[in-house]
Amino acid sequence: MAVAAKENPLVEGLERLPVPPTTLVIFGATGDLSRRKLLPALYNLAHEGALPELFNLIGVSRRDQSDDDFRNFAREAVNQFSRRQPDDQVLEGLLGRMSYLGIPFDDTPNYAKLGAAMDALDEEFSQPLNRTYYLSTAPEYFPVITENIKENGLHRHEHAEVKAVIEKPFGTDLESARRLQDVVHSVFRERQVFRIDHYLGKETVQNVMAFRFANYMFEPVWNRNYIDHIQITAAEDIGIGTRAGYYDQAGALRDLVQNHMLQLLTLVCMEPPASFEANKVRDEKVKVLQAIEPPTPEQVAEMTVRARYTAGMAGGEEAKGYVEEEGVPEDSDTETYAALKLEVHNWRWAGVPIFLRTGKRLARKVTEIAVQLKPVPHLAFASKGSVGVQPNQLILTVQPNEGVSLSLGAKIPGATMRIRPVNMEFLYGTSFMSQSPEAYERLILDAMRGDATLFTRNDEVDAQWSIIDPILKAWDAGQPPLTEYEAGTPGPAAADELIGEGRHWRPL
Amino acid sequence: MDEVWSERDTTPARIEAALRDIVTEHHHSDHPFVPARVLNVVVVVDGQFRGEIENRFERVGRYHPSRLVLCAVDDRRTTIDAWAGVGTDDAKPVPGHIAVARERVELEIGPRHLAKLDTIVDPLLVTDLATMVWAPHGHTDAINSLRRLAQIVLVDTQDEPDVAASLDRAAELAGYAYVVDLAWLRSTPWRERVAAAFDPPALRTALGHVSAVTVRHRQDSLSAALLFCGWLSSRLGWKPESLAQRGDGMFGHARARRQEVEIRLELADQNAPGLAGVTIETASGEAVSLDRAPGGLTAHRRFRDGAELEWTVLGASRGEGGILGEGVRQALLRDPTYGPALACARTMVT
Repeated sequence: MAVAAKENPLVEGLERLPVPPTTLVIFGATGDLSRRKLLPALYNLAHEGALPELFNLIGVSRRDQSDDDFRNFAREAVNQFSRRQPDDQVLEGLLGRMSYLGIPFDDTPNYAKLGAAMDALDEEFSQPLNRTYYLSTAPEYFPVITENIKENGLHRHEHAEVKAVIEKPFGTDLESARRLQDVVHSVFRERQVFRIDHYLGKETVQNVMAFRFANYMFEPVWNRNYIDHIQITAAEDIGIGTRAGYYDQAGALRDLVQNHMLQLLTLVCMEPPASFEANKVRDEKVKVLQAIEPPTPEQVAEMTVRARYTAGMAGGEEAKGYVEEEGVPEDSDTETYAALKLEVHNWRWAGVPIFLRTGKRLARKVTEIAVQLKPVPHLAFASKGSVGVQPNQLILTVQPNEGVSLSLGAKIPGATMRIRPVNMEFLYGTSFMSQSPEAYERLILDAMRGDATLFTRNDEVDAQWSIIDPILKAWDAGQPPLTEYEAGTPGPAAADELIGEGRHWRPL
Repeated sequence: MDEVWSERDTTPARIEAALRDIVTEHHHSDHPFVPARVLNVVVVVDGQFRGEIENRFERVGRYHPSRLVLCAVDDRRTTIDAWAGVGTDDAKPVPGHIAVARERVELEIGPRHLAKLDTIVDPLLVTDLATMVWAPHGHTDAINSLRRLAQIVLVDTQDEPDVAASLDRAAELAGYAYVVDLAWLRSTPWRERVAAAFDPPALRTALGHVSAVTVRHRQDSLSAALLFCGWLSSRLGWKPESLAQRGDGMFGHARARRQEVEIRLELADQNAPGLAGVTIETASGEAVSLDRAPGGLTAHRRFRDGAELEWTVLGASRGEGGILGEGVRQALLRDPTYGPALACARTMVT
């Protein structure tokens, strides 16, 4: 085999592909996301030998502290939140590659310190290292940090790649999302930008694509001719905890529907991509979003439900209502539950309603996609005592017990032809030995390698907000009115009206 | 193991029935366990050394086979004694989550059973799951007997004192099954790191000018060293020649497109089996070295102008338990580079 100049012949067959030498800069390095997810994810990558062979981490935050303070913070974060018991030598080795800079995010001149620190690392390793900026701050700082990176000339490098990883939310409505895009694009090219929706890093979410596009048997029925409707549920049994400040500003629609649930919808409804290449996959996802018409204010009242939980019982314990939660303003009208009826207007899906529901303090924690097929055209079995033939349901469970189940009609043992539904189940946990990596491990590696497949593209964000923005505006105008549901229940009665006669939400 | 069954002088049919009963009992009990359905593994061991192999399986972590059939061979035995059990690592499953159960069968058999071992083992395998067989103490007759059941054969080419024979046997087995070689897996981190060291586009061209490869290895790990050199040869299009003994090590050449490549295998003192270090040099004076170090590998790069750079490549040691676990995991993957590497390695010891 000849050695081609532009190919590395040694990577064939390797599970862990090389990642270019990188300096990772985390803005908001002392924040909660960094503590719970990013630093433990970096440790696990180091443990597996998956980090770039030359790797540095510079933590940036407003807090003034030393490198050692930051290393102690990182050590505690890894010890507390790593999915595996840390190996002391690997952890110390990783901490040795960490340094810290206390820079107020709006302090433009101080970003020069960051530039100098990165240059010093390039010098130490006698080569320009790629630079990846991870914006893990409150969203109002995204434009400030991005512009200050540019002001200091840190957004480009003649001999290395520069990338920016941006955490959600990408705006709070269509207008703010577009403003943020404008700022980001004034500094970085789209190919340098990696917008994280960590749902896409979950193995089970990626498995939706594997399920659809690696199995021939489902494709013939995956359309309006056989599918009656689709339900996508992201239910949580917990309340808002200590997140009142964020949650009361966001609400269920912004928190989960605009990003995670629309991602699930696109994966279920997209056409098969020609290849699993980033833009080909994202092209197909965007087409789905663009086929959902933004609703008019009148339509919003008919196609959405918003509600919030009142006091009730959850898990056998008394649970406060939303407005009694600590930090929630008394006059809050934020929804903790959102249900939507959407339709994808294309050849495959025309006429198939897609129901989305999410909420806090519901009866159970589950994230799943339920695809309900149409009933059989003629029912030959009608014996007494038969539960009867129910339409088949295909359930893709994202969490907690990841798997696929298919409900089928089966004969009850006995002399008469009585039918009841049974489940055919497949659980990922029983069929794979590997522990799923945390979503952030995969996403951080992909960003450093420059693979954008599992990141949200600019036009995807725009299309998501184009659907959600009219709903937000109608809700702000009180349409439909905010209703209530008791904590620990499956949600408001209005949601049952939304799904319509003859259809039922999957039990929670 | 939570549920166990055992019987002396038993038959495969009775063992299989007992396993079914145990699993059914599990379903009817309060235990929220679901049987794992990934891989059958059949291990044939000398009865007197079974403890060592059992200990290794204890350390594979989550990479337990779904159903392990351990056949312990005792020279004096003429009947079959059996023990079967089902268990899980999750003593207290998280509410709302499943706990995955694994099944284990231990057979005590005699030499007379080996030639027809397939007829004993067949009823004990989970249908439709891939089956991997492993005979760490030889028992070639048992492996041959299990051919029709096995899609994967686990070997450790460093187990045999005669490395050439061991590599030949791996090649023979590869004729009918997918071979997972633990010696190959011991070289994986080294292969990954060498690939990474030459991955920056500016450095890739150096792969066309490699002039020497030195591999340092523990005395019993010659096959891992040969497979590493075989991998480089096959990936870079070299034609290796037979290596000669030189001192404690081996020395020889491979023919690259434009140059000769020196290959040196050197002994190193270390506790863990496998490689201790590698150095790759180019005709222009560049060199990359990797050596075992606490918390990973020490990397050393010498540039063309003589400048030098040293750093640590992070990564935890997997240990021998981890290597076996990796072997079990690899059973369901396919590495297209092992076969060509094995072919080159065999050339170096002919």
